[in-house]
Amino acid sequence: MWKWLHPYAKTERAYQLCLTLQPWFWVGALVCLSIGTVWGLAFAPQDYQQGDSFRIIYIHVPSAILSMGTYVAMAIAALVGMVWQWRTAYMSMIAMAPIGAVMTFIALFTGAAWGKPMWGAWWVWDARLTSELILLFLYMGVIALYGAFEDKQQAGKAAGVMALVGVVNIPIIHYSVEWWNTLHQGATISKFDNPSIAPEMLWPLLISLLGFAFFIGAVTTVRLRNEIVLREMHRPWVQALAMKAMSKQQSDAASTFVKEGN
Amino acid sequence: MQFESFADFLAMGGYAFYVWLSFGVTFVAMAIIAVQSFIKHRGLLKQVVVEKERKARIKKARQQQQDNA
Repeated sequence: MWKWLHPYAKTERAYQLCLTLQPWFWVGALVCLSIGTVWGLAFAPQDYQQGDSFRIIYIHVPSAILSMGTYVAMAIAALVGMVWQWRTAYMSMIAMAPIGAVMTFIALFTGAAWGKPMWGAWWVWDARLTSELILLFLYMGVIALYGAFEDKQQAGKAAGVMALVGVVNIPIIHYSVEWWNTLHQGATISKFDNPSIAPEMLWPLLISLLGFAFFIGAVTTVRLRNEIVLREMHRPWVQALAMKAMSKQQSDAASTFVKEGN
Repeated sequence: MQFESFADFLAMGGYAFYVWLSFGVTFVAMAIIAVQSFIKHRGLLKQVVVEKERKARIKKARQQQQDNA
């Protein structure tokens, strides 16, 4: 069933796949983020309680959902690395970690900037906020642990174990608003049978969510290619690729020089 | 359009500071990680070329030494 995946364990195939996906991800991110942001900021109706401050939802909710989504994707990559001993799996794990950390930071920051006018505090030590902060530390832990090993296969294993153990935090974040008394409001869009948000507000939110997902995909493809080049530096196909890219850059620079000379 | 004028839009119903701070920090953070990834890519490709040329120089020097001996 999963056999079609196996060729992508090879770094060269994975690199090519990244190159193919990358333009679509960037275009998707640009289009969806533009539409979602403009729609959310200017055209979505005001909230009857929170006025215009609720518009922070259009970045807060997507980044928060995807900070958890990226973590799960990272943990799955770690699991694949452990079970099938794929080097590319560990590489994609570490390629995803920084963008996941950025998403977590955005969720925390926009949450603080939303909490200040609504709750009267930038930060409270409540269950939802604290467990999301722990998610940020987990991302940082994975990045730091990976960086601490000289042998990157060992690094992948160690950081992978940490990523897998940290998965326990994901349901804690999700259910924190139900398990504990908290300032943070409950789920809004994950209750599909009875969403507690008006459709005029929901649509831009979903588009924005899609835009963030495309963006994470786009950055991951760039960072995975970086990881592959770094690890396969001495392979002929990487060297050929680098020579080609650099000579193209030089000829581009030369042609502009000629133009300026004229 | 939910706002009467552009000034109204900027004011965000009195929440201008919080709304624009959130959106500003978000997009700056996203731009930083994207640009950093691309800069690193260029640096790595350059490093590959430099490394390859260094190896070629070493090989050439060894060859010359052997020829001289």
